[in-house]
Amino acid sequence: MAAVLESLLREEVSVAAVVRWIARSTQGSKDNPGEAAALSSLRPLRKEFVPFLLNFLREQSSRVLPQGPPTPAKASGASAALPGRPGGPPRGSRGARSQLFPPTEALSTAAESPVARRGGRRRVPGPARERGGRSLEEGVSVESLPGAGSRRLRGSGSPSRPSLTLSDPPNLSNLEEFPPVGSVPPGPTGRTKPSRRINPTPVSEERSLSKPKTCFTSPPISCVPSSQPSALDTRPWGLGLPPGCRSLQEEREMLRKERSKQLQQSPTPTCPTPELGSPLLNWTGGLTDELADPARVSSRQRLELVALVYSSCIAENLVPNLFLELFFVFQLLTARRMVTAKDNDFELSPGALDSLESPLFQSIHDCVFFAVQVLECHFQVLSNLDKGTLKLLAENERLLCFSPALQGRLRAAYEGSVAKVSLVMPPSAQAVSFQPETDNRANFSSDRAFHTFKKQRDVFYEVLREWEDHHEEAGWDFEKGLGSRIRAMMGQLSAACSHSHFVRLFQKQLLQMCQSPGGAGGTVLGEAPDVLSMLGADKLGRLWRLQERLVTPQSSGGPCPPPTFPGCQGFFRDFILSASSFQFNQHLMDSLSLKIRELNGLTLPQHEPSDEDGESDVDWQGERRQFAVVLLSLRLLAKFLGFVAFLPYRGPEPPPTGELQDSILALRSQVPPVLDVRTLLQRGLQARRAVLTVPWLVEFLSFADHVVPLLDYYQGIFTLLLRLHRSLVLSQENERKMCFLNKLLLLAVLGWLFQIPTVPEDLFFLEEGPSDAFEMDIVAPEHGLDSMPVVDQQLLYTCCPYIGELRKLLALWVSGSSGRSGGFVRKITPTTTTTSSLGAQPPQTSQGLQAQLAQAFFHNQPPSLRRTVEFVAERIGSNCVKHIKATLVADLVRQVESLLQEQLVTQGEEGGDPAQLLEILYSRLCPHGAQALALGREFCQRKSPGAVRALLPEETPAAVLSSAENIAVGLATEKACAWLSANITALIRREVKAAVSRTLRAQGPEPAARGERRGCSRACEHHAPLPSHLISEIKDVLSLAVGPRDSDEGVSPEHLEQLVCQLGQTLQCRQVRGGICHLRAAFLCPCVRPDNQSHAGSGPILAAVIMVMPMVSIFPPQFLCPPAEQHLAKCSVELASFLVADQIPILGPPAQHRLERGQARRLLHMLLSLWKEHFQGPVPLQLLLSPRNVGLLADTRPREWDLLLFLLRELVEKGLMGRMEIEACLGSLHQAQWPRDFAEELATLSNLLLAEPHLPEPQLRACELVQSNRGTVLAQS
Amino acid sequence: MILTKAQYDEIAQCLVSVPPTRQSLRKLKQRFPSQSQATLLSIFSQEYQKHIKRTHAKHHTSEAIESYYQRYLNGVAKNGAAPVLLDLANEVDYAPSLMARLILERFLQEHEETPPSKSVINSMLRDPSQIPDGVLANQVYQCIVNDCCYGPLVDCIKHAIGHEHEVMLRDMLLEKNLSFLDEDQLRAKGYDKTPDFILQVPVAVEGHIIHWIESKASFGDECSHHAYLHDQFWSYWNRDGSQSCSGWSGIPGLGDSSASASQSARIKGVGKHFLPGIFVKYVCR
Repeated sequence: MAAVLESLLREEVSVAAVVRWIARSTQGSKDNPGEAAALSSLRPLRKEFVPFLLNFLREQSSRVLPQGPPTPAKASGASAALPGRPGGPPRGSRGARSQLFPPTEALSTAAESPVARRGGRRRVPGPARERGGRSLEEGVSVESLPGAGSRRLRGSGSPSRPSLTLSDPPNLSNLEEFPPVGSVPPGPTGRTKPSRRINPTPVSEERSLSKPKTCFTSPPISCVPSSQPSALDTRPWGLGLPPGCRSLQEEREMLRKERSKQLQQSPTPTCPTPELGSPLLNWTGGLTDELADPARVSSRQRLELVALVYSSCIAENLVPNLFLELFFVFQLLTARRMVTAKDNDFELSPGALDSLESPLFQSIHDCVFFAVQVLECHFQVLSNLDKGTLKLLAENERLLCFSPALQGRLRAAYEGSVAKVSLVMPPSAQAVSFQPETDNRANFSSDRAFHTFKKQRDVFYEVLREWEDHHEEAGWDFEKGLGSRIRAMMGQLSAACSHSHFVRLFQKQLLQMCQSPGGAGGTVLGEAPDVLSMLGADKLGRLWRLQERLVTPQSSGGPCPPPTFPGCQGFFRDFILSASSFQFNQHLMDSLSLKIRELNGLTLPQHEPSDEDGESDVDWQGERRQFAVVLLSLRLLAKFLGFVAFLPYRGPEPPPTGELQDSILALRSQVPPVLDVRTLLQRGLQARRAVLTVPWLVEFLSFADHVVPLLDYYQGIFTLLLRLHRSLVLSQENERKMCFLNKLLLLAVLGWLFQIPTVPEDLFFLEEGPSDAFEMDIVAPEHGLDSMPVVDQQLLYTCCPYIGELRKLLALWVSGSSGRSGGFVRKITPTTTTTSSLGAQPPQTSQGLQAQLAQAFFHNQPPSLRRTVEFVAERIGSNCVKHIKATLVADLVRQVESLLQEQLVTQGEEGGDPAQLLEILYSRLCPHGAQALALGREFCQRKSPGAVRALLPEETPAAVLSSAENIAVGLATEKACAWLSANITALIRREVKAAVSRTLRAQGPEPAARGERRGCSRACEHHAPLPSHLISEIKDVLSLAVGPRDSDEGVSPEHLEQLVCQLGQTLQCRQVRGGICHLRAAFLCPCVRPDNQSHAGSGPILAAVIMVMPMVSIFPPQFLCPPAEQHLAKCSVELASFLVADQIPILGPPAQHRLERGQARRLLHMLLSLWKEHFQGPVPLQLLLSPRNVGLLADTRPREWDLLLFLLRELVEKGLMGRMEIEACLGSLHQAQWPRDFAEELATLSNLLLAEPHLPEPQLRACELVQSNRGTVLAQS
Repeated sequence: MILTKAQYDEIAQCLVSVPPTRQSLRKLKQRFPSQSQATLLSIFSQEYQKHIKRTHAKHHTSEAIESYYQRYLNGVAKNGAAPVLLDLANEVDYAPSLMARLILERFLQEHEETPPSKSVINSMLRDPSQIPDGVLANQVYQCIVNDCCYGPLVDCIKHAIGHEHEVMLRDMLLEKNLSFLDEDQLRAKGYDKTPDFILQVPVAVEGHIIHWIESKASFGDECSHHAYLHDQFWSYWNRDGSQSCSGWSGIPGLGDSSASASQSARIKGVGKHFLPGIFVKYVCR
């Protein structure tokens, strides 16, 4: 592999040819025959070139970038000794590739934990794994990976791998030979890593050049273990440390150990950036930054050449992650100083003449020169970064020094840039509002389910609020705090329908809380480095300790952070985990899939860039925003879908290997995907909507487990994604192609995906160059979403916050403190290609001609027109339905009410069977529903054109206007009629049913007592006392009458009279009640209590109420509610009983504690007329003859029957009670046990009353009775 | 009219271990002539309910019930006309209505074959004439009309007060030209839990956005605010956003003293900042 680079450096082949050679599967005919020949001999290695180049650069830069990214380390592993590993012992010929893998990997990846895979592919966990472990922890909330204790240590420097050493020390990475101290013995999979062992694996000299090096991230400092001083010569990267450095090295090692001890003791998992050794180097070493001088660049030509090849690879998307490379270049640019820059370093290397053997970067000057060279080639990308990054870059003095031209361009770009990016989070905890359409009782199978859901909703929010309050507190644990409550709640969700209701709520709340950029929580750009720079290098230790205490570590950690659930998302993840409900998960997946499909298929505004000058700006803001909302929602949903869907397959255990893996694969390939993402991706690519589809797909895939990428189904997806990635060449500008920022977004998310631990890193290099077929397959529409400038920097940075790491790097440079920055990068291992073809599906066209015409019409018009028309249609259609409800249906309901009245009148008290009644009403009314369609059509016809006209610019041509109007009418009508024809009958039935039950209820159970409804007269001033007051007053009197009472207690006759009067007033002063038909009366007589003001303003309000709730009969409220009236009636009857029995203590002269007969009769009379005239509900008059009340008489001495007789006669007289009824009551009285004399008197009374003939003049009789006393009554008998 | 916390506490202080009878209330009125009967009764009722909640259990042990019943039987055997049950209740410091229920239940257990259902008991308490035993009927009736804190009559009064205040609130909203949906309308829309009113156009009062208004006619002391908050307000918030609560019967607390519609609905935004017991006013009629 190196041969290519060498021949390049020797100028045997041109850069262009090399890039062509790499990128294309077939060599271009333009190639110089000599070059072609030189390269063709190396053809089998073509795919290995890029990884080689990347690793080569990383190695070369090892001395410059000692600080490295946070976790650059590869985990050490016993790779060489593993069974089942393809590839054998070291092979001979350099560059010649005889096996699937360069077997040298066995040794080269001393720091890897290799995992044999199907097809012989292997993967390198390395830092990625480490991060993967973290993400697993977060995602699955299981205890950390096996060997978690050692994980942190692993990062401490194991990546070092000597490549150019001559000696051959024991293979320290072999765990069997050198079991790590205190670590678990390596299992058969060999995943357990030696915890404290640094593995300077020796390799034989012959292979030192041909194999890819450990990883192509920036290497940390050399990490020679102090216990192995003899291995000193095996310094990393083949560049030996001078002897004088050893003590320093040892010192560092000790410090590093101390540090790692501290870290191990820290209870919480550390943030993703605890790169232990490297920061110390800078901070403790007291080294000063080296000035970079263009004049001191050692071998310009060589650097230029490599930079050119490197840049070309980046430009051709031959590298997996664009931003990772940029990050690396930025690291070079901002490198502080060479670690052990000694001129004689490379003299140690044999074959110094070989252009590859001498270090590429011999000084800081070389690094900066190289970096600037590369950056120059990528100005376009840089100029599209956010304004802050541009500023830092433009102000970089090294850049100015090495390339004033680039600096000038950057400055210009900065000044012209409007790409201010802020990821400030707005507080969001708004609850999802009650959704009448779906949360309605009617959508639940039973009252029980409805109420359960009601309760669950409350529990859910209670849990959410508690989480909000506590989740940032140290020591608060989600599972401990809320787990049992959540599970108890889930336990109540028995019916499938309740699950779907809850899931809907859950999903809505998720979207509401997390879809905003801020809701994603996470990092605020530039924040972490600011803190770091504020503290300065010497304070960093303090920051460490501080950070250990923080529950949420700051900093996002490198350009390739693992998938996480920042901010509010954490709640939802933990909720899912704590709920651990299979049903819930299934419903959630269903719901998420549905929503994803829906959003993914959303027609986003089509836009032609050269559309209209003034308008488009305004429009674009809105359209971008809409796109951003949809995209972010999709990403969020897909993330959770991925999380839930792959949840059962993920765990802390290592991915399976060998036969186990095969059987798992066989099994898993049978499982249909939770969402047919492949088809969605294919469609998205065909429709040129990759910019919408791919980002969410990436989120989905980022949660895949290790087996997923091996499944045929998902392999197809990855193949597609890889081809897409390769095709997104940024420099190719084309009107019809994708917008630059769209491409950048896709490159960023794809690059990120390729670095996800679960995605095999060899996957990337497995693909043959960009497939031309890929381009051909796409029968693209003229203007797909891809070609529209839907992505802006804000969205780019929101979706990919890790791009902000670039800025952090630059900010660190400015602030003067270097340290924790950077990211993890994984090794790339080339493997063979398994090409799968991309099947294209013909676009589906099944729309009617009319619709196509409408589409064509909109196509030629500004997008705002389409939006307007669609908006109008949508609103008018919806209004139409409401209008029909308010007019036609309401009329029908009114008819029902009057029909019902008739029915009740004709059927008398029977009322008929309600169900039968309803059926009659339905049969009479439902045919009227047919009118709805006609009315709806008419409504849409009438309303739509005006609305369209009002919303479109006045200058719109008449023809366009009328077309727009027609389309709006058509769409609105379609919408309204579709709804009406499907629902009108059901709606009528429902409303009629409601009206009937309402009417029946309002009629009350006793039609006889119902009578006519009365309101108070217009003259009424509504000063009557409140019913509650009256009940209370009467109760007082009753309690006095019942006793016990003090001797001085009593009521005055006046008070009694007043009380009865007030009762009359209260009963009379009631507002109109009844159905909607009475509403007008309410308007005419705004009879509003309590202060009798005239309400000029009440009209519109009532009208508004009617407009909104036309279906509800409005009962103007009255103070007297039925229960109060019932109690008043009962109390008044009791009062009468006490009057009759003369039991009410009267205040007054001591001798006279009784009410005068005349007064009593007057009060009874008043009560009688109240019962007769003013009570609207039933009055329990039979209570007058209840044993208890009659019994009151038994206690009086002498007994006086005249009042009772009077009362009973009056009752009969007024028709309040029938004789038969009284007779029955009196009859039943005989059953009770009375004193003998009382029983006799009672019988007499009974006979007397029943024997009386009907007399027409009650007044006379009343007078007569005034004189009668017990004696006369008895005498008459 | 605002009742200060100190005033409330003073009144509540007088109510420790006072039987909930007419006489007690009369004494209270003499002691605090400036407070209306409704206010006093409301506080009385509230405080007494707290008391009952604390002591309820001890009256419901089977031993207690048995001993009460025996004492009742002995009492009425001596003199059926004497207020046996009422005296018993006052003596053991229990609400007369609740004591009546206890004895009635026990009585029915003895005389009926099947244990009496709750609805039967309730119906008998509402109308003691249905009680098969005349003496017991009188005793129960006496307990109910004399109890000013419990019993069907008191329940009805409370319910009526709540209803009346809702109507008043509605009138005030109408007066202020505020458009709203009331409970019935919301129910018809299918809402499960509804406040009294949802404003169709939110209004801002004293810097707080109000989406809905709930009128609580009972006395707004801190404890009951807590309970309401838990039972209802969060439910509303979960559905409708922030709210308003108006208590009508005064409060130990804060605020100024006008009673216009907007102000009597003194608002606190719900959320973490919702402080119970802050926002209630007393409205005199």
